[in-house]
Amino acid sequence: MLTYASTPLFAPFSIPLLLEKLSSSLPLTKVESFKYLSYCTSKYGVERMAEHFKTLWSSVKDATYVSPETNLSTEAGFMSEMGFQDSDIMKQAFVLLQELVQQSNGSFISLILEDEDIKIFMNSLNQYEDFDNIPIDIRQRLHAVGRIISVCVNTSIASCNKVFESFFPLLMTYLGLSVAKPHENSCLAEDYNPPGRLNFGALYLCVEVLSACRYLVGSDELTPIPDFANQTWGVMLHNVSKSLAMVFISLLRSNVAENSQNAYVCYGVKGLQNLATFPGSLLAVSKSTYDSILLKLMSVVTSDINKTFLWTLAMNALVEIGSFLDKCPDSERLSSYESIVVEKIFSLISSDDSNMPLSLKLQAAFEIGATGMNFMLRVVQGLDEAISATLSAVYAHGNRKSVEPTVKLLEYYSNKVLPWFHKSGGSEEIPLNFALSIWDKIENNRSFNLDSLENELLDATMMAMKQAVGSCSEGSQEKIINKALGVLLSSNCLQWMESISGNTPSEAEGLQQIHKLDSFAIRDEWITSLFASIVIALRPQTYIQNGKFILQFFITTLLNGHVPSAQALGSLVNKLPLKITGTPLSKNLCLDEAVDMIFHSCIWTSYNGSTYERGSSEIDLSSLRLCSLSPESDKIHATIGLAWIGKGLLMRGHEKVKDITMTLLNCMISDGDRGSLPNSKHPSLVCNDEDLHHQLMKSAADAFHIIMSDSESCLNKRYHATIRPLYKQRFSNTVMPILSTLMLKYDSPSIRSMLCRAIAYVVSDTPLTAILSEAKKLIPLLLDCLSMMVEDIMNKEIIYSVLLVISGILVDKNGQDAVAENAHSIVNQLIELTTYPHMMVIRETAVQCLAAISELPYTRIYPLRTLVLRAMLKALDDPKWVVRQEAVRCRQAWASIASRSLHF
Amino acid sequence: MTLGLINANPVVHAKKERVVRTEDSHTDDAVDPLEIYDFVRDIRDPEHPYSLEQLSVLSEESITVDEKLGRILITFTPTIQHCSMVTVIGLCLREKLKDHFPPHFKVDIKVAPGSHANEESVNKQLNDKERVSAALENPHLRQLVDECLYSSEL
Repeated sequence: MLTYASTPLFAPFSIPLLLEKLSSSLPLTKVESFKYLSYCTSKYGVERMAEHFKTLWSSVKDATYVSPETNLSTEAGFMSEMGFQDSDIMKQAFVLLQELVQQSNGSFISLILEDEDIKIFMNSLNQYEDFDNIPIDIRQRLHAVGRIISVCVNTSIASCNKVFESFFPLLMTYLGLSVAKPHENSCLAEDYNPPGRLNFGALYLCVEVLSACRYLVGSDELTPIPDFANQTWGVMLHNVSKSLAMVFISLLRSNVAENSQNAYVCYGVKGLQNLATFPGSLLAVSKSTYDSILLKLMSVVTSDINKTFLWTLAMNALVEIGSFLDKCPDSERLSSYESIVVEKIFSLISSDDSNMPLSLKLQAAFEIGATGMNFMLRVVQGLDEAISATLSAVYAHGNRKSVEPTVKLLEYYSNKVLPWFHKSGGSEEIPLNFALSIWDKIENNRSFNLDSLENELLDATMMAMKQAVGSCSEGSQEKIINKALGVLLSSNCLQWMESISGNTPSEAEGLQQIHKLDSFAIRDEWITSLFASIVIALRPQTYIQNGKFILQFFITTLLNGHVPSAQALGSLVNKLPLKITGTPLSKNLCLDEAVDMIFHSCIWTSYNGSTYERGSSEIDLSSLRLCSLSPESDKIHATIGLAWIGKGLLMRGHEKVKDITMTLLNCMISDGDRGSLPNSKHPSLVCNDEDLHHQLMKSAADAFHIIMSDSESCLNKRYHATIRPLYKQRFSNTVMPILSTLMLKYDSPSIRSMLCRAIAYVVSDTPLTAILSEAKKLIPLLLDCLSMMVEDIMNKEIIYSVLLVISGILVDKNGQDAVAENAHSIVNQLIELTTYPHMMVIRETAVQCLAAISELPYTRIYPLRTLVLRAMLKALDDPKWVVRQEAVRCRQAWASIASRSLHF
Repeated sequence: MTLGLINANPVVHAKKERVVRTEDSHTDDAVDPLEIYDFVRDIRDPEHPYSLEQLSVLSEESITVDEKLGRILITFTPTIQHCSMVTVIGLCLREKLKDHFPPHFKVDIKVAPGSHANEESVNKQLNDKERVSAALENPHLRQLVDECLYSSEL
């Protein structure tokens, strides 16, 4: 291409060649030659090309108008191009056309405008009034002409003028308007209705021309055209703009739009949008017209909810107009947009008596708001008001109906609005005020009129609170936490705290008391949860007043099984500074102090019957033994708490996590000293008690899951957690040896199953690379885990994750060596899993693993061949199609390691 | 050796869109004609570099399954009446499906009624175990079948 266009001297030779190539019947050749031609045109200059203009135009016309190759796309594509999609040839032809029009200074455009075919077509437009009556080939032509004209219009002002001169009056006449005498147009009346059907062809071309003009003036904003008003097209457009707008508006009227006249509606909206987005300096529409456009679109948005197509179109148009205003602000229009659109949206959200569903309202609000910061601020104000209104309805009156909308509002707030502010760098006023206003609400409603906790609402509120606090800076976070602390201190929580503090931890009465107060008041539960969510989302640098109290508070609530408190504790130990700088206040907290407090608090009391002999860490392990006097259910809560605290410590790489791990391990293996537990004295309690104890062991094992996995609700990047790189590897490297030695040591089935559980959790959350180096040691352990866990249906998720680890080992080169050594046992275990009845993906993965094993060295696996083939025969009969498919593949893989035959 | 093509100019049809199976974890998927069709549609024709689907030798409708009795019946239509390749196509189908179903399924392969000159003898030949295994022991036939099954020419 570069060679062809290198010098104009080539023109006499190359152009005829390319034109000849164009007449080929191969589509690709056509595309190529159009490409070459347009490139050459830009290089050769007008003089050389002028002699070919006629041939060029006729070839462009051939490709686009005479025999257009367009594909009718689906309904979704209707928004543009009348549902047609240009073929590559047409696209390239239009590129060439644009190039020619641009280069030729008007000679080429007159060629187009004087073309007989186009003229005849334009004059014949009134034959096809109704969209549905237009045959498909005429529609294609209409589309082609529309494209040709719009290419001419958007190339230059001069060409635009020419097009307007020759076609625009004609188009307007078709639409029933007069360019010369605009005031006589009948449609100026407000309730104008088009007589019968509007000429669709004219409407279509008119909208195309408009959007091309928009593009023309929009493209060179840097060099404003001073004499816009004097340009022919400007004058023409200005004269008819008001009547045009009225025509478009009349298209949207319900009686016209109801017959799902998609084409008319679509172009009506598009026309309005184009009229409304002309740059203000080149004023095409007056303020009153602009206002009526906005009003019409807005009324569509508010009232025509069930006409989805129309609604979406109108919404998009409003969004376009809004974002255009944001780009080129114009005070007059800005004020009308604000007063008409934004205020309407504002009142929509804050009022709840509307026939518009809330989700649509929210969608509209967000889309409009997202077009500009000022709009968003206003919209958020509305949202805030709505949230506070519904919240007080819930709090004060226990209004059940308000719960659902409140949840929706809050979710919208935390999922859309706050991230938007975060992304667009908005001020932190919004989240700060939001958080504070929620606390105000709680403070003002001394008693909650709720008869149940409304968990869903609480979750949504906590989520929003976390998000809001997380996106604040340190200063604002301090404000929020101080406010919250004030509310907390004035609530009943404090009395409740006091009632149990002062008791020495080992005193049984104290512990009993916890149980009496175990039922939190609903309001207190709300306060605690929300307070916990603040603490979870704090930044590490935020200064926390009264830290010790907070810590103590969470420890007590944690014992009541309040999980967010545990998460908050985890976040606290994750983020607390190592040392306090400056003047240390007695109430301030640093990490070591906090950890000491936690470890010496009443959850864990001294217990001298330690059976675990590895107690070589700094803190005496015995002090960490869970209090044997407290009921098992408390211990379960404590274990969960320990898990979150451990996670927080682990993520910052603190060494104390070792102690927590040891405690958890002790918990798991405490089955042996059951006899010494005082609770098992009463025979009638034994059964229930055993059950509880089993749960305790299980929760200790599950704690490893908490420690190793990534959490959505706390201790992640979004909530500013301190995360040391590779912490998972480090943890699994220290824990796995301990777990495996314990596995060797104990042979009680319940302990072993718990150990297996822990191992499975740790392994499945460790990055694969860390596992691969240990694969040889791990594989027997994992197989033990699998065989142990197959029995319980509840374990299917863990089994699946372990299976994934194994399949990960199988595909790796190093892993394969390790597998080869244990091939026999692995295959046996996998075969067992191919008939696992409770989860399809387990069977599927097992079969896939077996197929992968067939890649191992021949000598290792040949003895297993019959075994696998027999298992695959069963898998071929699997109820699930996917498994059968995999089984066929696996069977072929194994059959082919000996020969093609499947006989064995 | 080749004496020219038997059907030198077959009609080629477009490939149909593959149906993507939707996962439904609660119900069992029974063996259905589509599943079998998916296995065999890509077998290459012994003469031309087109699949059996493209030559419309096979279609989803020509396959019936009775899961209770464990029977699969495949009826295929040769492109011309006296196609001598019809037995090779049948062999390919049998060979392909042999390792795809548990042993309690019985696969019957037939030529569509009226579509072939020697319909009866071909049907008999294709469903005769001994003749099938004998044919597959013939190295020339074996090679031809393997080419059809594992060819990547399509």
